[in-house]
Order: sequence, then structure tokens, then C-alpha cells
Amino acid sequence: MATVELKNLRKTYLTEEIIKGISLSIEDREFVVFVGPSGCGKSTLLRMIAGLEDITSGDLLIDGQRMNDVEPGKRGLAMVFQSYALYPHMDVYKNMEFGLKLAGMPEAERREKIEHVAHTLQLEPYLHHKPGQLSGGQRQRVAIGRAIVRNPKVFLFDEPLSNLDAALRGQMRVELSALHRKLGATTIYVTHDQVEAMTMADKIVVLQKGVVEQIGSPLELYHHPRNLFVARFIGSPPMNFFPAIFQGGDAAGSSVQLRDGSTLYVPVTSPGILPGTKVTVGIRPEHVELAPSGPNSGTVEVIERLGAITLVHVRMSDGEIIVVQTDGAVLTDVDTHVSLTLPPQNCHLFAPDGLAFEACRRHPLAA
Amino acid sequence: MQVVLDHSPPAGASVRSGKRTGFLLLSPSVLILLVWSIVPLVMTLWYSVQNYSLVDPTLHGFAGIDNYWYLLTDPDFLHSLLNTLVLVAGVLIISVGGGTLLAVLYDQEFFGRGIARILVISPFFIMPTVSALLWKNLMLHPIYGVYSAMMRAVGLTPIDWLARFPLLTVMMIVAWEWLPFAVLILLTAVQSLDGEQREAARMDGAGPVARFRYIILPHLGRAISVVVMIETIYLLTIFAEISVTTAGGPGVASTNLAYLIYSRALLQFDVGGASAGGVIAIIIANIVAIFLVRAVARNLEA
Repeated sequence: MATVELKNLRKTYLTEEIIKGISLSIEDREFVVFVGPSGCGKSTLLRMIAGLEDITSGDLLIDGQRMNDVEPGKRGLAMVFQSYALYPHMDVYKNMEFGLKLAGMPEAERREKIEHVAHTLQLEPYLHHKPGQLSGGQRQRVAIGRAIVRNPKVFLFDEPLSNLDAALRGQMRVELSALHRKLGATTIYVTHDQVEAMTMADKIVVLQKGVVEQIGSPLELYHHPRNLFVARFIGSPPMNFFPAIFQGGDAAGSSVQLRDGSTLYVPVTSPGILPGTKVTVGIRPEHVELAPSGPNSGTVEVIERLGAITLVHVRMSDGEIIVVQTDGAVLTDVDTHVSLTLPPQNCHLFAPDGLAFEACRRHPLAA
Repeated sequence: MQVVLDHSPPAGASVRSGKRTGFLLLSPSVLILLVWSIVPLVMTLWYSVQNYSLVDPTLHGFAGIDNYWYLLTDPDFLHSLLNTLVLVAGVLIISVGGGTLLAVLYDQEFFGRGIARILVISPFFIMPTVSALLWKNLMLHPIYGVYSAMMRAVGLTPIDWLARFPLLTVMMIVAWEWLPFAVLILLTAVQSLDGEQREAARMDGAGPVARFRYIILPHLGRAISVVVMIETIYLLTIFAEISVTTAGGPGVASTNLAYLIYSRALLQFDVGGASAGGVIAIIIANIVAIFLVRAVARNLEA
């Protein structure tokens, strides 16, 4: 059992507030990912939980106990660092043993634990290698092993995969997910990579400039972004946005007029919005359809063929660029004229302050 | 080699001519270095087997191993050898031990750290003669010295350091000169320690002492071995501090090998005996150098 609760956590560095009051509760066995652009405060927040940074105000509770002033080593946490931070003069065995030895665990028990963990992570052949003799992926595993062996209540990961090459990153992502399922430990994971966030998380916390933008499951963030920032940040290639004029709405939807004169009836509610308000329409590239008889049209400017999929950049008649993700075998070529359909059920509307209009029906996968 | 050359004559020829040009260009500096070191060495070896005393010109000619025999059987020689070792070991312990602690201290954030760092390094820039004079007259003089005034101020009788503990006092003066060097090298080494490693140790539950013992000290291993090697080379030949403060005395209580050779040659005018001492000093220095270079090389590989 390990729950973590943040109550209005703040961090001020000199005169600048970096973490501006974050409240969050993390359930037992949950895999939580902090994601955001660099400088958003996600690493600082993790280090505050770890005890490596002081908490300026607010409460940090682990298993219901206030941990603000407890030494990092006594919080029952283990952390995997971006640079792995293995002790270079100790071999793999001693790296894993260090924390246990300091905790005063007897020799035989230490050996048993380390061997068990080494077996789980397939580190047995390397137990007596120094970190300098290992590859990046192996070092990563040792760092994870050093965390596991201490049997912590909560695992903290600070961008652990960012030093690995793309192939290895994909492999370690799967291994980490499998490991989390096996150990069932509460995990907090910091990354700037939305693929890692989407694939591993039970719950994603999107941060920007020290503020939580949205907390939710990966698909909740994907299907129901709370505001423009989250909509733009989650999803690759990013969502298309274009301006529109709000015309009016009812319980089943709202209608907006695009700049080329066409109208859309989007199934979102619009309480308190006056007709004539400038709003933003958002639609993901994978939801736009190339259709010969579509209401919107434009000229293909760039085509990116990725094999399985094709990204078509279309210059609309009103001057906006819209990216369409379509089949890899599509025959359209540059400079040809295409027609598009924007399926209204996949459109998002954002008010002038950036907040999304609430959808009339939640997506079944993001209930 | 021949086969290779036959297969590619132009390349081989150019390599050979390139090598010749290289030798030609290197030769002036090699020649100067050779003359610089070989000539004095040969002269020392030659004098060490000659009867050569400046006060008795009638005594000359080949002496065989007499000079060595007289020196090695002289109790002063053994004493000075021991003093040399005590001096080297003592200064190394003080400067490396104190240097490590100070380096860790000066790595912490505190107000005025920049100025404090400059101050701690400054003794290194004072020439040995001056610092010896400063210690002898300004600090430790039994009547005018700052230390003596401080002792009297609290009602104690000041110790005449240089008369009572000559070797220890010389050791302290030399350690004061070399401590900054150790701090400088070790501080840069401490600063090169990866911050995440320290944090990982904190997460592992290591307190300040355990972090120092298991993380910082092993990280400093290389730097410490470099400091030990460089300091040893210089400390084997301490001369100015002894000459200025105690002139090797009382008796031979603070005479090391370098000072013994000096006193043989320039106080007793026995060039032959002094040369024999010089040869022995060269042998000792080389033995030490072999061990040190091996130890350092091993440390640098690891």
C-alpha cells in the first residue's frame, strides 16, 4: 500500500515561483506520468517528492504521513535518474547493495535480494562488471535494479529513457510497463515524450509553467483535452486549429462558421457563449477525411509518406494549412486539388480563453 | 616490414623521409635536454669517485668507493635520510588529508566563497624562502612573533618552536605551502563529481559521512594519487625552508638529504663526498619515482 498526496505544493526559487500550487492524489499501484514541455517544472516537482528539493509551502503526504521534512533516504522512495547515476567505482552488485548495506541489512539477506532482482532483470552475467563496461541499456537496467532492490513504496523515474536510442527506448518502455504490472508498485514517471506518457500511464498529469493543465487517463486527454495547451501537446502530429465564429448552440451541439463560409455543427455544449464570439476549432489530422465531395477544399502543398500512413498538408481556400493523416497508399500528389470533410463528432471547440467546450457525449474509451 | 615496403615503395619512402625530417626537427631540443641532464650526471658520477676537497688541494686522484663508504657509514647520513622520509610523509599526510577536507568544505555553498577560495590558495604563490622567513620571524619568533604574543596574551609561555621541534616546525611550514596545491587540485576533482550520483546516494539513505566515505573519496582517488606524486617529487628536495629557518640544526635534527649534500659541498667543501651523496639521492628519487609512476598509471587506467 502506498499512496502519495500533494496538497497545494509550491516551490519558490529566489523570487520566482516555479511550482504554483499543485494538488494531486496518486492511488496505490498507480502509474502516474508527469508530462510537459521543458521548463514546466515536472522534474522539480518529482525532486520535491523525492526530498532533493525543499518544499516552500504545501503538504506532501506518503501513505497519509506528512513527509515535507523527512530525509530523502527515509521516505521509502527509490529514484531512477536520467544519467542513471550509477557509482562508477562499484560493480553492479555493489551498486545494488549500497542502499541495503546502509540500511543495515544482513549479508545473506542482501545477497538473496540482489540475486533475485538480477534474475528478474537478466543482469546475472554482469553482476561483477563496473558500470563503465556496460551498454546504455544495461546501465539503465542496473539503475532500475538498484531502485527495485530497496523494495520502495514508490518508484520515481526522472526521464529515464531519454539517453537511449529510439529502438532501445521502445524496448525499455515495454519492459518498464511489464515490470510495473509485475511489481504493482506506485510509480511516478517524468517525461517530455508523449509516446511514453500515452503508452505507460494510468494517469497523466500535464504541466505547464508550474501549473497543472489537466489530469486524466491517456485517452481522456486525447479525446477530451481540457484546453488548447493540452490539445496541442497531446497527439502526434499535433491537432489542426483554425478560427471560426460561434453562431449559436443548443443541448445537442453548437454551430460555428469557418472562414471559408462553411458551417459545422459540433456536438459540444456552449453555455454562456454569445453568438458572434471568435472561437477556435480543433481537429486531429487522423480525423480529417479526404473525400471527393467534401464541403471544404484546398491544394496539396507537401506530402510526407511514412509508409503505413501519409501526412498531406493542404492549403485551404481561406489560406489556413490543415494536415490530414491518411492511408499510406493514397495516390494524391503535390499541387493537386483535394476536397476534405471535417467530421463534426471529432471536432473540438475552444473558447477565447483557451478552455474547451464540454462534449455532449463522452468517448466510450475515455469515460 | 620489408614486404610491406616492396608492395608500396612510394608510401614507404615518404614515411621514411618523413621520419628523417621528424628526427631532424626534434634533434635540437633532444640535444639540449641530453646535454642538460647527462653532462651534470656524468660530472657528478666522476667527482663521486675522486678525492676532491676545496680546502685541501694536495688530496686528489682516484678515490674508488671511499666517498660512498664514508658517507654510508656516517650516522648523519642515516639521520638525514630518515628526516627526508619523515618530512615527505608528514607533509603528504597533512596536505592531502587537510586538502581533501578543505576541498569538500569549499565545495559547499556559503557566503564569500569566491574570496575564501582565493585566500586558501594564496600561500602557494609565496616563494619558499619568503614563507620560511615569515614563519620564522613574523609568526613563531619567541619574542616578537604573533603566535608568541597570542600565547602570552592568555598567560601561557610561548614555545620556541624552531629550537624545540625543528623538524616538526619545518614540516608545518612546508605543509602550509603545499596545502593550497592539494586543495586546488582536489577541489576541481570534487566539483567534477556528477550531482546525480550524490543525489542517488542520498536517496539510498547515505548521510554526509557515508557520502564522503563511499562516493566522494573514491571519486578523488585519481586526483589524490596525482597530488601525492607531484608533491613527493618536490618534497624530496626541500632546501630553502631548512636553510632559512634552522640551517639543518640543531646538529642534524632538521637536516634532510638535500641539505646534507649542500653542507658537504658548500660548507665543508668536500666535493667528492657531496657528489656521492648526490648519486645516492638520484638513486632514491628513481626508486620512489618507479613506484609512484606505477601506482598513478594503474589508478589512471582504472
